[in-house]
Amino acid sequence: MGTLKLTTPSDREIAMTRVFDAPRQLVFDAHTKPDLVRQWLLGPPGWSMPVCEMDVRVGGKYRYVWRHDREGTEMGMGGVYREIVAPERIVNTEKFDESWYPGEAVDTLVLVEQRGKTTLTLTVRYESWEARDAVLKSGMESGVAASYDRLAELLASTPARGRA
Amino acid sequence: MQANRLDATFAALADPTRRAILARLASGEASVTELAEPFAMSQPAISKHLKVLERAGLISRGRDAQRRPRRLEPKRLGEATKWLERYRRLWEGNYQRLDALLEQLKAKEKKWEP
Repeated sequence: MGTLKLTTPSDREIAMTRVFDAPRQLVFDAHTKPDLVRQWLLGPPGWSMPVCEMDVRVGGKYRYVWRHDREGTEMGMGGVYREIVAPERIVNTEKFDESWYPGEAVDTLVLVEQRGKTTLTLTVRYESWEARDAVLKSGMESGVAASYDRLAELLASTPARGRA
Repeated sequence: MQANRLDATFAALADPTRRAILARLASGEASVTELAEPFAMSQPAISKHLKVLERAGLISRGRDAQRRPRRLEPKRLGEATKWLERYRRLWEGNYQRLDALLEQLKAKEKKWEP
């Protein structure tokens, strides 16, 4: 339903906005119930999610492990829930297993329902762009060539103000 | 790619005025005066933004000694775009699967309604 909008609200944040044709309780469930999460949070084709453990409460931990089914490569990450406001808001930390990942990122998920549709906004704030870059390259690379059309869209989606 | 180089690129891109300057330069080089025109900003203020863009390698200065036109350096922008595109692709794939899952959940809920 609609396409993903991606913006960079600050130098260390990425915000993603996407509309889903479903009430937000269902979208919230799909983010908080392990048997649902492992059905969609998979990355590029070929990956599955053998480990998906979630203790969804403030201070609770979660842990995900993905596996590339053909190559056997594994990638793990986890974190702690900082805020849970069902069915509208989740704030959690995230940290990948690899030691080269400097510090952790903080994810803020906000769900807004309007006329049966849910607008999801996920803002990821992290320590270094390079850390995320490395994570994506480490096996989840989808090999997409640069597209200036995409950039134009990105630039157009953030209207300029008259003053800095 | 150097870690701090990508950082500098995205820091430069995080400002709306600087993004507008890049969008303007995408349609051809321009002098500082020309760049300042659409903004309610002084030339020194614009020059400050240009310096940030230049340091990040996103723009360079042309040869004309008098106008000193700024122009876009597509390579660095390409690196940043590629990064974002990869990220977007990854999540779009996830969210398309989530669409399908939500359809199943909605159908299930309907079945349970009296």
